[in-house]
Amino acid sequence: MPETTDWSSETYDFDRAALRAKLRDVPQEPGSAKPQPILTVDNVVRRFGGMTAVEVEHLEVQRGAITALIGPNGAGKTTFFNLITGFDRPSSAKSRFGGGQGPFATWRFQGESLGATSAFRVARTGMVRTFQLTKALSAMTVMDNMLLGAKDQPGEHMLAALARPLWRKREAEIREKATDLLARFKLDTKAKDYAGSLSGGQRKLLEMARALMSDPAMIMLDEPMAGVNPALTQSLLGHIQDLRDQGTSVLFVEHDMHMVRHISDWVVVMAEGRIVAEGPPEHVMQHQAVVDAYLGSHHDQDLGDDSVLDEDFAAAVADEDAERAEEKA
Amino acid sequence: MNFLYTLFQDGGAAIISSTTAAFALAAIGLNVHFGYTGLVNIGQAGFMLLGAYGFAIVVEQGGGILLGVLAGLAAAAVFALILGIPTLRLRGDYLAIVTIAAAEIIRIVGGDQSLAPLTGGVAGIPNAKYSDQFIALSPFPKAGLFTFGPWTYPYSAGNSWWLSLVGWALALLAALVVFLLFRSPWGRAIKGIREDEDAVRSLGKNVFAYKMQSLVLGGVIGALGGIVFVLGASVQPDALGRTTTFLLYTVLLLGGAATVLGPILGSFLYFIFVVWLQDVVAQFVPSTVMNSSQIPQFTYILVGAGLMLLVIFRPQGILGNKKELSFGA
Repeated sequence: MPETTDWSSETYDFDRAALRAKLRDVPQEPGSAKPQPILTVDNVVRRFGGMTAVEVEHLEVQRGAITALIGPNGAGKTTFFNLITGFDRPSSAKSRFGGGQGPFATWRFQGESLGATSAFRVARTGMVRTFQLTKALSAMTVMDNMLLGAKDQPGEHMLAALARPLWRKREAEIREKATDLLARFKLDTKAKDYAGSLSGGQRKLLEMARALMSDPAMIMLDEPMAGVNPALTQSLLGHIQDLRDQGTSVLFVEHDMHMVRHISDWVVVMAEGRIVAEGPPEHVMQHQAVVDAYLGSHHDQDLGDDSVLDEDFAAAVADEDAERAEEKA
Repeated sequence: MNFLYTLFQDGGAAIISSTTAAFALAAIGLNVHFGYTGLVNIGQAGFMLLGAYGFAIVVEQGGGILLGVLAGLAAAAVFALILGIPTLRLRGDYLAIVTIAAAEIIRIVGGDQSLAPLTGGVAGIPNAKYSDQFIALSPFPKAGLFTFGPWTYPYSAGNSWWLSLVGWALALLAALVVFLLFRSPWGRAIKGIREDEDAVRSLGKNVFAYKMQSLVLGGVIGALGGIVFVLGASVQPDALGRTTTFLLYTVLLLGGAATVLGPILGSFLYFIFVVWLQDVVAQFVPSTVMNSSQIPQFTYILVGAGLMLLVIFRPQGILGNKKELSFGA
């Protein structure tokens, strides 16, 4: 992708229909090129001993889209998340001392290379993540949690911290912003409570709101619905769509496919560490590779049956599954 | 009645004593590490010892008192850097192991006979060799005793009013610095790290730098405590060993970790408690059961038991916030 891409908000696809129209022309195959990739990942490999947990050759994430990263348990989704946010280091990363064999892991976010960047620097480039097991800072108030998410607070430097006038003005600004965000996530009445006193779902909301304090260009949600009761799920989904509509690209991990259908514009399917399929949510579930990944390639078939030879059979099963799922929903 | 007067006199003496101030200072440093940042430093006595050696050696070799203090503080800062660089990226337990080992190294090297020309070996450096300039700075008469109520001490020399005044002024100054720092955004980030450093990292904060700043700050305050301690005694490696570190934890937990005045209050109460216990035992336990040399040892046994009871039944100490602690797990 050229360096000259315009990342200003004018070029952001606020109109969702237009965005989806653009994505309709994108080939539905693993590693396909997107019209405006905010994140481009190449050759990210992570091995644990002899086991290869993640092996992603190429992935582009469209700016302004809600991209879902799905896959069965153990597909490497969270590991992949950790790798690109700097919480883990790819086995294919270029060695600090030179040497090693390529291809080396590289990834670019908004044109900025993130190959060997520590987690906090990744966050500063505008790619902020949340965690599968919520990390609310329990012994701090909800408000303090929020204020911690802000950037450009001079008072976070040790020496400036001693002199209040140096940071008081900025503190008032971010406090106001935090109050607004808390109101948006309906946590404003809890501002003075300890984060540890919130329910699981409220903590998810707090974590999301906190991540938004720094106005990230992309927010990465690791299983935002895990452990959230069904009533709150609906409002969480609403919040995620609002984020997109207000100018934040979203990449989220989820292993429940049905949740994904409602809100995502594009779905990336991982299985056994690799990306096996990509496409719009309506179509991607019918990919042979996806069905194989979720159900095993010979699910409910008699292996002696002639129909194993029939290529259309698996697709037919997938269709049936999808219909059944829709009826349920 | 006579016994109550003894209690009053001894209690007051414990409060005035520069040793109490030195422990308060070191506990304030430990509070920065353990209470606020969650760094388990089991080698605070090592920081004190380094401060003491740095100060005493430089003054003895002809450097001025100011240079001596700076040397003591710088030694502690360098020590913190050396300990921190390899361990602060690892899990917290490793810092604990490294600090206790490093403090032992300082103590053993300090007592080594081959360094005797500099450190005095096991015998240490006598007070008279480095305290002249400090006494010279005193605005009070250089010789003679001053009596305030039941308490009589020298004006300036040795364990003097002058030293107590300086010690407590430094302790209050350190408490003020801690207060200013921990109401600021810097302190907020530090407390966030105590709760969950990955969460803080995901918000774009350089966790390693924060932890290092905290380790250096707490270590330098500890070194200041060491300097005050040896101005009232002599520099002896075995006087500031593992026991000292555990006493500091008792002081800190008694007053309340993560509070500004907790270490000072804890230091008061700890020394009053010890001296009263000795008074009570001396008064009521016949010398046939326990002779005078056994009394201090017996009281330390009770202090150990007291520390256990404290962390079990009142882990927040006297000033601490129970609510904050209950979400800490």
